[in-house]
Amino acid sequence: MPFWAEKIGVPRTLAVEFPFGQTLGRAHDTAQQMRVLRQCLDVLTHADTPGEIVHSQEAWPQPVAEAQKAWQPNEPSPIIAELGPRIREILREGRRNNQD
Amino acid sequence: MPVDSFKYLPRLIAMFYQTTTREAEYPIPWTPLPLPVEECTFGLVTSGGLYHKGSEPPFDLEREKQEPTWGDPTFRKIPTEVDFDQIRISHLHINQAMVLDDINVLLPIDRMRELVDAERIGGLAENAYSFMGFQGYPPGASEWRETYGPQVADLFHSEGVDCVLLTPA
Repeated sequence: MPFWAEKIGVPRTLAVEFPFGQTLGRAHDTAQQMRVLRQCLDVLTHADTPGEIVHSQEAWPQPVAEAQKAWQPNEPSPIIAELGPRIREILREGRRNNQD
Repeated sequence: MPVDSFKYLPRLIAMFYQTTTREAEYPIPWTPLPLPVEECTFGLVTSGGLYHKGSEPPFDLEREKQEPTWGDPTFRKIPTEVDFDQIRISHLHINQAMVLDDINVLLPIDRMRELVDAERIGGLAENAYSFMGFQGYPPGASEWRETYGPQVADLFHSEGVDCVLLTPA
């Protein structure tokens, strides 16, 4: 995701708007995976600025809510289980402030 | 249209990411392409927590469960000739079954071989390398940068790799 590519300072990035963990495309969609890889090669060939991020226009062929649910583990990761309650409270505070 | 980094993230996780205070260090590393792509040998690196069953152990998820702010910084070697049914995944932050359904979504060995056959790239390295993407909270990558990253770079160098494709997870 471009958010982390910017924070980390990745030399060359092809940003894809895909669910987490399916970086090259949907399982068994060989055509999509190959399109993404060919775009990566184009970035490698043409990028000339350190930190360059090219935004792929490749679309994810699944409703957002369905895709968002599909990539997540059955149980929250340990860090989300630990920090989740605190983050939820921050979100609730934000909603309350917006209502005031 | 620019890519939305948070489109497929629940608000909780998006907010968790946005708590990071990390900023890129400048200058950003840059190595010019050494050869035409058609002549380059490619190495694959993923942070999807993949490992070669029976050859190396999984990542240390038991410690992560005990210490949720810690993530295993080590790496695993995966021969690119491996049978996919010998690849496993140890990563507590993604749906593992989804990745095992088609390893190419994170480690595109089949697609890279097809690119070699089509003479679009020069070759694929003998081994791929896998890390586990969760590196603790607050996120830190000092052990990757100082210890394990340079080790993988040396291994790729010894295998004649010209370019590396990183597939994060």
